[in-house]
Amino acid sequence: MQRMALSFPEEVLEHVFSFIRSERDRNVISLVCKSWYEIERWCRWRVFIGNCYAVSPMMVIKRFPEVRSISLKGKPHFADFNLVPEGWGGFVCPWIGAIAKAYPWLEEIRLKRMVITDESLELIARSFKNFKVLVLSSCEGFSTDGLAAIAANCRNLRELDLRESEVDDRNGHWLSHFPDSYTSLVSLNISCLGSEVSLSALERLIGRCPNLQTLRLNRAVPLDRLANLLARTPQLIEFGTGAYSSEIRPEVFSKLSGALSGCKQLRSLSGFWDVLPSYLPAIYPICSRLTSLNLSYATIQSLDLIKLVSQCHNLQRLWVLDYIEDAGLDALAVSCKDLRELRVFPSDPFALEPNVTLTEHGLVSVSEGCPKLQSVLYFCRQMSNAALITIARNRPNMTRFRLCIIEPRTPDYLTLQPLDAGFGAVVEYCKDLRRLSLSGLLTDRVFEYIGTYGKKLEMLSVAFAGDSDLGLHHILSGCDNLRKLEIRDCPFGDKALLANAAKLETMRSLWMSSCLVSYGACKLLGHKMPRLNVEVIDERGPPDSRPESCPVEKLYIYRTIAGPRLDMPDFVWTMEDDSEFRIS
Amino acid sequence: MNGRSRNEEAFPQLLDLIPKDREWHENRAHKFSEERKLELRLGPPGEEEDDVVRGRKESLLSLGYFSASVNGGHTQKPVSPPWASSSKTQNINQQKGVSVSSSFLQPQPSPPANTAVPNSSQKRTAPGPVVGWPPIRSFRKNLASSSTSKVVSQHESQNHQQRVVVEDKVAGKKPVADNNNNVAVGGNKSLFVKINMDGVPIGRKVDLNAYYSYEKLSSAVEELFRDLLAAQRDSCGGGIQNKQEVEKAFIGLLDGSGEYTLVYEDNEGDRMLVGDVPWHMFVSTVKRLRVLKSSELPAFTRGGCKQDKITT
Repeated sequence: MQRMALSFPEEVLEHVFSFIRSERDRNVISLVCKSWYEIERWCRWRVFIGNCYAVSPMMVIKRFPEVRSISLKGKPHFADFNLVPEGWGGFVCPWIGAIAKAYPWLEEIRLKRMVITDESLELIARSFKNFKVLVLSSCEGFSTDGLAAIAANCRNLRELDLRESEVDDRNGHWLSHFPDSYTSLVSLNISCLGSEVSLSALERLIGRCPNLQTLRLNRAVPLDRLANLLARTPQLIEFGTGAYSSEIRPEVFSKLSGALSGCKQLRSLSGFWDVLPSYLPAIYPICSRLTSLNLSYATIQSLDLIKLVSQCHNLQRLWVLDYIEDAGLDALAVSCKDLRELRVFPSDPFALEPNVTLTEHGLVSVSEGCPKLQSVLYFCRQMSNAALITIARNRPNMTRFRLCIIEPRTPDYLTLQPLDAGFGAVVEYCKDLRRLSLSGLLTDRVFEYIGTYGKKLEMLSVAFAGDSDLGLHHILSGCDNLRKLEIRDCPFGDKALLANAAKLETMRSLWMSSCLVSYGACKLLGHKMPRLNVEVIDERGPPDSRPESCPVEKLYIYRTIAGPRLDMPDFVWTMEDDSEFRIS
Repeated sequence: MNGRSRNEEAFPQLLDLIPKDREWHENRAHKFSEERKLELRLGPPGEEEDDVVRGRKESLLSLGYFSASVNGGHTQKPVSPPWASSSKTQNINQQKGVSVSSSFLQPQPSPPANTAVPNSSQKRTAPGPVVGWPPIRSFRKNLASSSTSKVVSQHESQNHQQRVVVEDKVAGKKPVADNNNNVAVGGNKSLFVKINMDGVPIGRKVDLNAYYSYEKLSSAVEELFRDLLAAQRDSCGGGIQNKQEVEKAFIGLLDGSGEYTLVYEDNEGDRMLVGDVPWHMFVSTVKRLRVLKSSELPAFTRGGCKQDKITT
């Protein structure tokens, strides 16, 4: 092996490496020997950084001088649910500043949960001559002015995706900043924008981009304009509508139906805000082509949904509100044999009483009827161990299983027992399970099962569960592949955390809020583990103003080779060697 | 590099931290007896409460709480899980065939149903809304609340053919009679726009289709912001007198003669005075509303000398 490696010229190895796209494989290659490390680092075009504070921009630039594509993630996942206070961090500014100088040929930037300013967007627009892809997923801090700068300057832009970002909508004219000579757009997602975009500018833009494949509009685009837009983009593969309602006018309906049928490549539909059931038949003719359908904004009733999904025989992904009800999921199980991913969102999560008939039965049906199902996100109000065991037995190929029983600590509604056995079955039977979210009444026993069987588990979310430190200990000592662990409102404390301190260095991050970890333990962990950043988030004031034994509000721990971050707001404290002397 | 020793070997392991032996692990040896003590305390839940308190105090002494034997103890198969019983789902709660591998893994006898909640943390959180739970993104919450008014169970409306009165939180809004058919006409479709007021940090949303005239809108604006403005001014001192002042503040919203003036941003992004164009034209072009301090407006637009930006 070594002789062979030596006999290859570097260029050959470099060429061989270029076929290896997996980040992990590239990491492993670089560990083989010094020369492979050198060769690999010079031909690494893509970097993925799962935590922007785990490494500094200069370190990345020094090791990988030829990067063309960079992906960065910022805030912890729980930020999605308002658990991370405003102003926590995740600023991309230092990264953009550094890569603007180091990577003039950078083509792609993908950010998730980061704060990006208009200035940074302008810097991107100015700095990279061949910039092609900008994906801002759940980002914030920028406005349509920054987007206008991107539009005006990035002549080769192929993809602009603002999915679930919070954009300050200053004006709808930013789209008209794409120059008339610009024709390279392949994918545009503006579904998160609140205000109206200039429709004439949009029509002109998509009309002159022959390679456009993905177009996701926002709610402000009216239904009666969709036909015109679609007529200009017959090559479209993914389409997101705006508001899907209008006065009933036969010509609007027939034009829309015709335009949709004209898009022969169409595979994916989303949008459907304010949907009016009378317009749904417009998509019936293309249903059998669809592989992906996002109806998670569509407030339509079970019967309409049943009519729709019964025609989508090739559906692989369905996102839907719980209006689909058990009856709709039964229909799904009968009609959609290719289904791989199902997400059912709650239409009224804060209602005290169920507003729909959606129970564990629906999910059991789908697990029985859809042999390829491997990814589930399911919000419901009742669950039983029996159902979970059946689901696990039916679908051992499950890789992502997220169940949210809306009321915390809900027991098995049949036996009033904890759901330990049910989730235990899920981790035991689903050998390839990589992501799991727990809910319902759970004791430490479920964590014993998870630690014993969840050997491939990479991300685990826990809320309102467990009885003692033992629960956390089982997870940390048992789940060999765990990368991200997020816990809220569980009685887990110092012992389990400190006993498994070394484990934390093998993980990307650990979030714990409203648990029992003391400030003293955080300090100790920070002292003893120099490669971990141990950050206490406490909006009540400095943690050293309380006894050391007092539990901290929120704790975020992550491994890093960059040292403590420098952009902490005044409600975040990092535990370092000299933390006692730090002026807070 | 910031000169910290921890960065020295950073590059070879960049993005790929592999744990190494750490010198503080060596301290574990002489802590062993202490660990054993602690290990024993991880017994059945009965002793647990005492443990948490004591354990927390002692936690600063050592990182090695669970001894190697416990850490490695998972090579043994712990309990054979209840779902492993071959007969299907009825047996799930039976605890038979359990093998004991260590003291804390010993299964508790199935507690009676109503005490099946050995969860100490349950006391800590009262039922009711908890921040971040259920875990839904905020844009979905908005969707849910705005949609509940519109979606009426089809079975109900079909069976009973009733007209369902939809209530809305927005102050001053008339209850809208609605049913499946006239949603289609579009007459009662809601049109929510943002409205902000100078001096009030919190914005509101207002459904323009709930009003039919500028006058109704003006009084709705007062209802939306009266209390917020009063609260804002209260926090700066003042009292009963304030209340009257606040009410006065909303006089003359439409003609620019009062303390505040209602303006809007139209679909072309221009800021316009409210009241120039017919109501339906206003509703079809308005994007957001703002209650401006009249003193902030350029002088020539005030006192009824409106400029006609849009000709009707």
